Amino acid sequence: MLCASCRLLVARAATTLPAPPRGRGPALRYQRRELHFPGHPEPPSSDSSVGRLTRQSVPLGRRVILRRGRMPPAVGGGLAGSELRSRRGRCGSQAARVVGRDVAAEAAARSPKRPVRSSRRFEAAGRWALLALVTLVSFATRFHGLDQPAHVCWDETHFGKMGSYYINRTFFFDVHPPLGKMLIGLAGYLSGYDGTFLFQKPGDKYEHHRYMGMRGFCAFLGSWLIPFAYLTVLDLSKSFPAALLTAALLTFDTGCLTLSQYILLDPILMFFIMAAMLSMVKYNSCADRPFSAPWWSWLSLTGISLAGALGVKFVGLFIILQVGLNTISDLWHLFGDLSLSLVTVGKHLTARILCLIVLPLVLYVAIFAVHITVLNKSGPGDGFFSSAFQARLSGNNLYNASIPEHLAYGSVVTVKNLRMAIGYLHSHRHLYPEGVGARQQQVTTYLHKDYNNLWIIKKHNTNSDPLDPSFPVEFVRHGDIIRLEHKETSRNLHSHYHEAPLTRKHYQVTGYGINGTGDSNDFWRIEVVNRKFGNRIKVLRSRIRLIHLVTGCVLGSSGKVLPKWGWEQLEVTCTPYLKDTLSSIWNVEDHINPKLPNISLDVLQPSFPEILLESHMVMIRGNNGLKPKDNEFTSKPWHWPINYQGLRFSGANDTDFRVYLLGNPVVWWLNLVSIALYLLSGSIAAIAMQRGAQLPAEVEGLTKILLRGGGQLLLGWVLHYFPFFLMGRILYFHHYFPAMLFSSMLTGVLWDTLLRLCAWGLASSSLARGVHALGILSLLLGTAYSFYLFHPLAYGMVGPLAQDPESPMAGLRWLESWDF
Amino acid sequence: MPIGGSRGVPSGRVPNGPPPGRFRGVTRRGERAAGLRETLASSKLLSYTMLGVLKRPIVVTADINLNVVALTGVGLLSRLWQLSYPRAVVFDEVYYGQYISFYMKRIFFLDDSGPPFGHMLLALGGYLGGFDGNFLWNRIGAEYSSNVPVWSLRLLPALAGALSVPMAYQIVSELHFSHSAAMGAALLMLIENALITQSRLMLLESLLIFFNLLAVLSYLKFFNSQKHSPFSLHWWSWLMLTGVACSCAVGIKYMGVFTYLLVLGVAAFHAWHLIGDQTLSNGRVFSHLLARAVALLGVPVILYLLLFYVHLMLLYRSGPHDQIMSSAFQASLEGGLARITQGQPLEVAFGSQVTLRSVFGKPLPCWLHSHQSTYPMIYDNGRGSSHQQQVTCYPFKDVNNWWIVKDPGRHQLVVNSPLRPVRHGDVVQLVHGMTARLLNTHDVAAPLSPHAQEVSCYIDYNISMPAQNLWRLDIVNRESDRDVWKTILSEVRFVHVNTSAVLKLSGAHLPDWGFRQLEIVGEKLSRGHHGSMVWNVEEHRYGKSQEQRERELELHSPTEVDISRNLSFMARFSELQWRMLTLRTEDSEHRYSSTPLQWVTLDTSIAYWLHPKTSAQIHLLGNVVIWASASLATAAYTLLFFWYLLRRRRNVCDLPEDAWQHWALAGALCIGGWALNYLPFFLMEKTLFLYHYLPALTFQILLLPMVLQHVSDYLCRSQLQRSLLSALVIAWFSTACHVSNMLRPLTYGDRPLSPSELQALRWKDSWDILIRKH
Repeated sequence: MLCASCRLLVARAATTLPAPPRGRGPALRYQRRELHFPGHPEPPSSDSSVGRLTRQSVPLGRRVILRRGRMPPAVGGGLAGSELRSRRGRCGSQAARVVGRDVAAEAAARSPKRPVRSSRRFEAAGRWALLALVTLVSFATRFHGLDQPAHVCWDETHFGKMGSYYINRTFFFDVHPPLGKMLIGLAGYLSGYDGTFLFQKPGDKYEHHRYMGMRGFCAFLGSWLIPFAYLTVLDLSKSFPAALLTAALLTFDTGCLTLSQYILLDPILMFFIMAAMLSMVKYNSCADRPFSAPWWSWLSLTGISLAGALGVKFVGLFIILQVGLNTISDLWHLFGDLSLSLVTVGKHLTARILCLIVLPLVLYVAIFAVHITVLNKSGPGDGFFSSAFQARLSGNNLYNASIPEHLAYGSVVTVKNLRMAIGYLHSHRHLYPEGVGARQQQVTTYLHKDYNNLWIIKKHNTNSDPLDPSFPVEFVRHGDIIRLEHKETSRNLHSHYHEAPLTRKHYQVTGYGINGTGDSNDFWRIEVVNRKFGNRIKVLRSRIRLIHLVTGCVLGSSGKVLPKWGWEQLEVTCTPYLKDTLSSIWNVEDHINPKLPNISLDVLQPSFPEILLESHMVMIRGNNGLKPKDNEFTSKPWHWPINYQGLRFSGANDTDFRVYLLGNPVVWWLNLVSIALYLLSGSIAAIAMQRGAQLPAEVEGLTKILLRGGGQLLLGWVLHYFPFFLMGRILYFHHYFPAMLFSSMLTGVLWDTLLRLCAWGLASSSLARGVHALGILSLLLGTAYSFYLFHPLAYGMVGPLAQDPESPMAGLRWLESWDF
Repeated sequence: MPIGGSRGVPSGRVPNGPPPGRFRGVTRRGERAAGLRETLASSKLLSYTMLGVLKRPIVVTADINLNVVALTGVGLLSRLWQLSYPRAVVFDEVYYGQYISFYMKRIFFLDDSGPPFGHMLLALGGYLGGFDGNFLWNRIGAEYSSNVPVWSLRLLPALAGALSVPMAYQIVSELHFSHSAAMGAALLMLIENALITQSRLMLLESLLIFFNLLAVLSYLKFFNSQKHSPFSLHWWSWLMLTGVACSCAVGIKYMGVFTYLLVLGVAAFHAWHLIGDQTLSNGRVFSHLLARAVALLGVPVILYLLLFYVHLMLLYRSGPHDQIMSSAFQASLEGGLARITQGQPLEVAFGSQVTLRSVFGKPLPCWLHSHQSTYPMIYDNGRGSSHQQQVTCYPFKDVNNWWIVKDPGRHQLVVNSPLRPVRHGDVVQLVHGMTARLLNTHDVAAPLSPHAQEVSCYIDYNISMPAQNLWRLDIVNRESDRDVWKTILSEVRFVHVNTSAVLKLSGAHLPDWGFRQLEIVGEKLSRGHHGSMVWNVEEHRYGKSQEQRERELELHSPTEVDISRNLSFMARFSELQWRMLTLRTEDSEHRYSSTPLQWVTLDTSIAYWLHPKTSAQIHLLGNVVIWASASLATAAYTLLFFWYLLRRRRNVCDLPEDAWQHWALAGALCIGGWALNYLPFFLMEKTLFLYHYLPALTFQILLLPMVLQHVSDYLCRSQLQRSLLSALVIAWFSTACHVSNMLRPLTYGDRPLSPSELQALRWKDSWDILIRKH
């Protein structure tokens, strides 16, 4: 709250309210601090420095705003840059350079009354002070109470665990690309966490384990969101109040705050998204100085951030799309500029290809290279990958594999589907439920290694034990008729003319028979793809098809997830359509046969591109597999912008320390209103421009900011929100937060512009100034106050639930669907 | 003859344009005065000899009509020939036929595949042919009985298919391309085997394609009259027809939305230019925009509603799909639930006997149920239960579904006089009618959903498990806080007074001890409203008998309110529409299902029908030549378009301005139509078939001759090249005709082919042509 009050003072100063009397300003501030946060651990020195900077910046900021209020805003930045470029000649960059400079400077330069040089210096100092303040407040709010609660919250159980996997170097599988978890692991490693905590379930106490490094890292990245948003808006709108408003909205949003305080991927993802947005905007404003050092650095920073965003989650594709669209429109303008030669345009194109395609791609691949190099021990993720892939992992039984090479009768084997992420042929002591084919034992595919994946190869016509030492070893050959007996349950792999549980056109596959005695429907012909009859069958290498003798169908997996009765394993069917697809081809992975000598096998080591492709296939399949189950409460995309329902991060009943992920409703609903208002005002402005209305210079400048700057932000919101409507996978509330960042930035730009337009509309000068200042100030105060009300959501609350009038949150449950 | 003279485009500004005077008839005429644009359609001879005469519009009009008439004639011939053959159910006729029968018998049905307009049109055919609906549509290939008017049932789709041919002609000429290009497009439509097959049967695609083309054509006519005569009758009628055609297309299949979006997009683009046109006054612009909004947004919505209105008017009897709908909807149908609920009292009072239906209806529509059996003492996984009487949800009507609403303060189970209606917020007890035990929930884990509470009918075992049988009534769709609980209309939740758990259908099937009925639980974490927690009273009567024995025999009580009148059309419409969109039929793999990628290359086919004895068969197969060249033309157009676009950006204009405009509009409509009708299928998860591609294909076919004409006009630099191109086009077209002819036996199914002939026709391994083994 100290920070909040500081910011408020600054805001007041910056928005042209009469400056508070010199003597009282700081005193008032210290007083407030004493009142509200006596225990705040901030050193007084920093506070006084803030105070000093603030005081210095007061008149400067004020003047800038004054000028901005009545002058046509400069349109040098943002997309406007390209417009300017197309108008000027190739060498005439002088004018544009001036325009491209910071507005404050320009405004000051044009002002006849002010001494130019000194004001410029002060303004620069003021700008930095304001930025420093915003950053400081952001860090203070994010790091406050970071260690609470000292137990695993929500998805920390996943991402913390995955951080530990990196430290322990065990291989695992996750649906997201690895960068985020790698960084978490790195942060944990550097902060002395040893990777021994199990992260089993939410609520587990951390005790002596050092978790603060990982949380601190996430909070650190999460804190940068606000300065980034501040700078982005400042660049797009050239207006300090707009930037300040954005910063306030994000600082005081309980949702952003909560999401930044835990070991999650979201702060990392949002950090990269915002970094990409900021550097894109910055590089747009360097457009008048192409190929200069800042231009190159912003351009490559954009590329680096894009790689980072995509490396954390596939959601990063949306910001890539946004940068892509921006680049295309940029190139289109350059291409249409006849003063530029084709060679120059080609250079531009090459620069963008290098920085925005090649560089991110290299980085992204590098991330995977590191991921695969670091994780070199066998772990829980093995089964998701192909046999060849597993041979890389030490500790896996395929690592430096030593197994019998050729299949023989009596061998115990696991059979793996060749299609990626399908898994092993599996059966267990559960029957298909009534109404799903014959009520016999289920046969599925399963991704994890398990004793139930073991099958024994037997001759179809005898039930004698082939491992009996009196029998000679007999190898299985291509074209043989065999029987596969499930080792644990002694039932045979069986198929018959019943429809399969999900794929109705295929036949059901079951486990049948008692102690290996079944009927003729248990007979399968084993075939090796592209081999001659009579050849032996090799472990790992041979691509096998199993053809049912009676019905002539082929054993395969449809890849569909069975309902609860099938433990959400994948369906196995016998398909009568003999198409050559990978899903009906299998290979033998484990092979145990005491009568055969173990030979050291070098399994084909996959090349790096193959590994890359395979891990992507597995991730995509994993993502598609995350389907909401029937009758489960799922979050719908339309819930999100209205802040319909939050997520419980920690605790459920009165005595627990509760943290509830919910946006600050004031901020969110303001954002919602702003989007509607933006669409309205934006279309009015666009139609007016299209009709060729003669707007006064001031209004035209503001309109351009609204359409260009606001348009980019709206595009960001749209790109980060609407694709979720098309997604079939299970969705959560926190998926909205990247879009929320954009929508808050839009709110900042919109209200500042609208208030300026209002101020311009009211002709009388004193009133006009007041409208804008008062508007911004009340928005800032309103957000801050709402944060004061709702901060327990993020910082934690104890006591009865909000329905109870005794509760600390009583009266704040504005929607019935909030359950804190 | 100077090119483009009368349009004021100096030929010097056209670097790649055709040099003057060395060009054959078609293009030169195309480049001539705008007033003569319609002469595009006239033949070469006419244009050479009677140039002067042609300026008279009457001659021109008659000329066009002849072309169109000829095309219509051939179109009809190709589509109507032997229409009633085969006299057997062919492929999807088996579904559509069912719906036609339902229409004939006025029985309500629900088809989630699309809105009802298509079904209605097919049924119109049946109505005109005097079909009585008595045919069992049970399998493909079943012989039609004599009462089925096959010819008239198949007539409307065939007519739509036939009329698509002249419409293709008109669209291309409205796009300002030449007469021969237009003719080419129409002829390609005429000989495309897949289109012929699809339109000769009782299927919806040809109707959809017809309305798609009609929408595009009428928009073009409207757009072309915009310059000369805005707000004329001509202008208005084409504008309105656009809206009507769009809503018809949407009404036939949801796929029609894609074409609607295309037209809306193009119209929005044109409107945006209109806004920028500063020669028009503000008022004028506003009225232009208003007219478009009314015709392209208002009219389709109204028509769509009208469609459903007619649909619901026609289908007033209850039928096999009733169960999917809510009780209120079912009660509005004649027969079925209405017969039971007819004359039920409206207001639930203390002492009422009710059945409670779960509003959610998933996985099955079911009623709150209890029976003598108790929960097993110990479950399979070792957890214990309360061993009290089971409460389940049962998907069949049963006497055990009856519950009595009891006032906790009184002992009686009958209604008092005066009636005391139950209101929102009242606390009630629910007594199971047959066993007289009270609905109860307590802090015992539910059998299959351990996080929720078990719901039971309370048996007092004299152990420390007190009865907790008070429920507070929460009317979800209340208008005020004193609302009375109404039969069928009110959707209510039961909130447990002691634990605030909510009575909920968990959706899980109980194991054998629970007779595979559905599990009921008390949900403690009642986050938000969910359909599975909401119930409504379906059957209702006021309890009269004091004694348990009498009560079990009690009958219905007299009429007070007719529920069916209480459901407005909009309520019925929105429910029906919602169910249609959300109903999820199990996606089953079909032998002939395919993926969108296979369509472009025609790597798939569908066997529609096989003659019971011979090998005569109908097979949905496209004309390979047309499909391949249409895809090539699409690619060529895209490349050329971007090439021109980039060059224009650098101020190099290869095409004169108006030629560029026409070229771009043609591309926007055809490529846009193709992409919009094709690409969304990649995102769909339902079972897809080759015929889903046909609407997209028609747009590609329209584009093909336009690309050819463009190549000849602007890319061929000499007369020789042009002649060469013409020769190639003729050769290519003859090949297409030849292929079409070869595939004809599979298209019409009129001629049995020998196995070797069939084998010879199987050009791709993936074509699943049926070969009878004797």
